[in-house]
Amino acid sequence: MGCGTSISTEPQGRAMETEEASSPATPSPALTMKAAILIQGWYRRYMARLEMRRRYTWSIFQSIEYAGEQDQLQLSSFFSFMLDNFTHLNGSGPDLISQLLDPVVDPWLGRETCYELIPVAESYSGPRISFPLSVSHTNSLVNAFKEHQTLHARYALQLLWETKKLLKQMPNIVHMSTSYAKEITICGDLHGHLDDLLLIFYKNGLPSAETPYVFNGDFVDRGKQSTEVVLILFAYLLLYPNHMHLNRGNHEDHIMNLRYGFTKEVMQKYKTHGREILQLFQDVFSLLPIATVIDSKVLIVHGGISDQTDLDFLNSIERQKVKSALRLPRRSLEEPDVSRPYKQTHGPRPGSSHSRRQRPGAQTKRKRHRGLSRQDSGSSSSSSSSSSSSSLCSSRTPSCLSPRPCSSPPPPTVPFSVDGLQVPFLDSLASLPPPSPPRVEREWKQMVDVLWSDPKPQDGCTPNTFRGGGCYYGPDVTQRLLRHHGYQLLIRSHECKQEGYEICHGGNVITIFSASNYYEEGSNRGAYVKLGQDLLPRFYQYQVSRTTRKLTLTQRVRAAEGSALRALQEKLFSHRSELLTGFLPFDHNNTGFVSVSEWAQVLETVLRLDLPWRTLRPHLARLAPDGSVEYLSCFDYMGPGLHLPQVTPNLAETLVRYRTDLELIFNIIDKDHSGLISLDEFRHTWRLFSGHLGVALDDGAIDALARSIDFNKDGSIDFTEFLEAFRVVHKLDKDH
Amino acid sequence: MLFPSALGPEILVTGVHKRINDAFQVFDHDLNKTVDVREIGAIVRSLGCFPTEAELLDIIDEVEEPNGFICFERFLPTMSKILMENKFRPIPEDTLLKAFEVLDQQKKGHLEPNELTEYMRQGDEPFTQLEMEEMLSSAVEPDSNLIYYKDFVNMMVLDGER
Repeated sequence: MGCGTSISTEPQGRAMETEEASSPATPSPALTMKAAILIQGWYRRYMARLEMRRRYTWSIFQSIEYAGEQDQLQLSSFFSFMLDNFTHLNGSGPDLISQLLDPVVDPWLGRETCYELIPVAESYSGPRISFPLSVSHTNSLVNAFKEHQTLHARYALQLLWETKKLLKQMPNIVHMSTSYAKEITICGDLHGHLDDLLLIFYKNGLPSAETPYVFNGDFVDRGKQSTEVVLILFAYLLLYPNHMHLNRGNHEDHIMNLRYGFTKEVMQKYKTHGREILQLFQDVFSLLPIATVIDSKVLIVHGGISDQTDLDFLNSIERQKVKSALRLPRRSLEEPDVSRPYKQTHGPRPGSSHSRRQRPGAQTKRKRHRGLSRQDSGSSSSSSSSSSSSSLCSSRTPSCLSPRPCSSPPPPTVPFSVDGLQVPFLDSLASLPPPSPPRVEREWKQMVDVLWSDPKPQDGCTPNTFRGGGCYYGPDVTQRLLRHHGYQLLIRSHECKQEGYEICHGGNVITIFSASNYYEEGSNRGAYVKLGQDLLPRFYQYQVSRTTRKLTLTQRVRAAEGSALRALQEKLFSHRSELLTGFLPFDHNNTGFVSVSEWAQVLETVLRLDLPWRTLRPHLARLAPDGSVEYLSCFDYMGPGLHLPQVTPNLAETLVRYRTDLELIFNIIDKDHSGLISLDEFRHTWRLFSGHLGVALDDGAIDALARSIDFNKDGSIDFTEFLEAFRVVHKLDKDH
Repeated sequence: MLFPSALGPEILVTGVHKRINDAFQVFDHDLNKTVDVREIGAIVRSLGCFPTEAELLDIIDEVEEPNGFICFERFLPTMSKILMENKFRPIPEDTLLKAFEVLDQQKKGHLEPNELTEYMRQGDEPFTQLEMEEMLSSAVEPDSNLIYYKDFVNMMVLDGER
């Protein structure tokens, strides 16, 4: 085969005649060719490995993300429980938890003109807006946010009030037409990535009558500029109500916001008025429309559909009643404890065909409330086909699990009173209100399905146990729904995609995701899709880059991989005791070694992350010379930052694992945002939380810990310091 | 890297199977034990074997299903054989370095981008434009616009052999 280059065509002889006394003879063409081929082969192998690393990095991020979302249910059920049973944490009036979870509208706040009473200092250099908004206002907002300025609370509140008024007039399903403008642009999740939003506006144009937009939910949480993103979107909504459309996402939900960063961001940016602003956001979020339809042909919703989705019904409900997907309208219902008796009579689902992600909900490994009269979590839902005990996929939402509604009465062990169920908790009985009527439930389920579901390749519809809410819907489900309404396309978001978008279900479903670098710098592109009158999708991709120099593929993969592996190592660390317990059956003589297969098996079972463990093993644990895994080396990589006295490994691990949750709770308790909470509050909260988790921790250890953290002995704890102590530190880091 | 034979042949085989399963899993998007035929190259190479394109096509011929997918049941025995027989062995680092030295005819210690490009476009399976761009983006030192191949090899080996 000819090679077509000058080097190799030189005959052997001429090459040898070259006068290079000091250096060896020029290599023969054959040798050169061999060398070139060798390098080619080696490089290709390297790229294959790189590709593999990129993919498992992606898997790690995605599994941890979704596992985190399941944990969210735990937290929200804890909050609900606290709310139901301990509304006054320190006995002096309603606390922030009540405010945030079940707000009583402050009469002052209830009046629209409340914001007028907030003075704006002369020295305020941020944007000033007035209503009705004009283009100059939106321009000044965009420019100000680019410069990292914060919109004054007064204007923020006013903006939110105006948005609330506008949204109230809108239906649940909004219709658009391509006959007004050339093309409609549809964007997916932004998650507080202001840079991506600005990049979209730069590439595609600011919203206007000529450039209409649909933003498909998840504007907030995770990213650091959620406030700016959502305020800009609302401002444009007010400016161009007919050409700017916003769909609600599963993160437009105040309970999700508590955990995933939006609440914290608002509190940090708006110290004094944070609570009021959050309250309004809660209202506004629940008023966001659920779906947009273009030309009666294209359906746009955040998550997707289920086999029970009924768009006509959906259009008729009062959407603002569903404040959060994580709390049923009658809040006691999602108590896993309440649903459990029902769940057991329900039994495993017949013939569950979900071959995709046979991952039972994390609930099975979570401990339950102490003292509640029921069996341990271990006995039920051990198989993936059992009805999930998650609050979203509970037996209260039967259509997700099976066609027949749950109608069996609770078993006799749980005493039933006229007011509802009486369940013992710790030392007393707590009374829970009776179940809510079926219609309310049905409304809630329809909403949750639309906001939380994910498409899957196989036919059918199964509960989304990975996320803990909504369903997995197959191509047949999509086909049926589209056909029923005469639609031709479903555009949704909700899942991060490498290229910013993905097409599935034979072209019937498009996923569009607009937050680039979602998991990590370089992890993925963002994209938006445009539809013209032909309704043929055109995709536009982009990627925000923090560095001016373009990173090579290797560098990007390496950075992302490093980050993913640390997250994974942290997971291992924070599940240390469970893992050690898991290794025990395979290591009777306590040698500290198990085979690679056993190691992988234990990790998979305990962590419930479906990852290629053997491939990851070199990053996580050492091998002995005989090829077995030295499993204790899994935990070598890190430990808690400070060395606090009297901290047992068990406690350290728990604190690490629940650090985010604890931070959340502390932030809530800390009403005046001082960063300090009293010892009593700390102890009380910890007891509640650990009781809820079923973690067996000695009260004495906690007390000792509390006292030791109170460094200046004034009866209060700087919880930021405390949490920092339990931030997992990678021992190999130089800058810890 | 195969498991030492001290473990015994049974475990050896099982270990190999598990490794193949792991590699396969990474590319099995729908979690239904099949992968797209286009991924096979990546999977085989990630297991430490690097066949030529022609050899790869032979492998594909053996295992491909009519619908353009490859299912695990058929892939496993074929791949196991390849691994057990140590076919398509990887290249040791010093051999790699020598190869670059051969290409560096003037013994400069570096290569120009267009030199490397010419070489990589040779042979039965020349680099595609995309492959070339990717290689250059990691190999070329941006300030000098030269490829210091010793550093390049060092970096890649460190990175890739984990």
